[in-house]
Amino acid sequence: MSDLQKPFYTGMALLAVALLGWGLTSAGPEGLAFGLCAALVIGGALMCLWERSVVRSAFSLMATFSGCAGFYILLGADFVGMAQILIYVGGILALLLFGVMLSPPDLSERKLVRVGGGLLLMGLGVAWVAGKVASTVTWAQLPADQLPETSTKAEEIGIAFIAPDQYVVAFELAAVVLTVALVAAVYIARRKMSDFEPESGTQEGL
Amino acid sequence: MALGAYVAVSAVLFTIGLVTIAARRNILYVLFGIEMILNAANINFVAFNRFSGDGMDGRMMAIFVIILAAAEAAVALAIVLNVYQLFSSTKPSDVDLLRE
Repeated sequence: MSDLQKPFYTGMALLAVALLGWGLTSAGPEGLAFGLCAALVIGGALMCLWERSVVRSAFSLMATFSGCAGFYILLGADFVGMAQILIYVGGILALLLFGVMLSPPDLSERKLVRVGGGLLLMGLGVAWVAGKVASTVTWAQLPADQLPETSTKAEEIGIAFIAPDQYVVAFELAAVVLTVALVAAVYIARRKMSDFEPESGTQEGL
Repeated sequence: MALGAYVAVSAVLFTIGLVTIAARRNILYVLFGIEMILNAANINFVAFNRFSGDGMDGRMMAIFVIILAAAEAAVALAIVLNVYQLFSSTKPSDVDLLRE
């Protein structure tokens, strides 16, 4: 259980300190906030990948989601950040924890070779693609002094949701999709009435 | 911060999500990895929206991604519960039958 836990968390702390220091030296207070969010995002994700316990993994995702919300707020999308906290941290994480509670603990399935080798190979692949993209694509990027105002009013987003020439079709479709998904989830997850009767055989299936 | 920093963090998060799906043998970790990948895509949407001038397409896209992630999580959880009831296992490789 405690194999390599100490080196892993030491490495995580070093990573967080490095990110914070890099942010502070490169962009001042805003960079410090960026480094904090980046440390939360990457640290939470690595911890989710690393931990043997499903419960710890699920809770470490909370750091990832909160860090993403911090990014959105740093990027001037306040409404998206608040929606992220409400829906992801409050809703989806609770759903995932329900799944964790209803499934058996399985502490022996993490293999260091698979995790480390996967990180190495996928990291190399993503780095190769990122290098290709960075060397061939120029992004249309405004200079720093011409960026628009960072605060978005929620009012604009609300109007965009219901304005006929903007997103009203997508908005209504999202409502339909949510309704269908919730009904489908209830339908899939329910048990048959016969399961609750005493002599109806085992519930194990198969 | 510049656009590249956000894109880099997003790429790292995407990589970790992909490895989480591939390297852990538990259905719940597949769900965790999917959530990480969706969040990485969302960071890109919002960052490119911010640095490419006015308009709010990226932001609205991020909101719709969050909505669809909620729907996906609900259905996926129901499927996980059903799979565990049927197969008494949470390994993706044990789920190999199309009928009961």
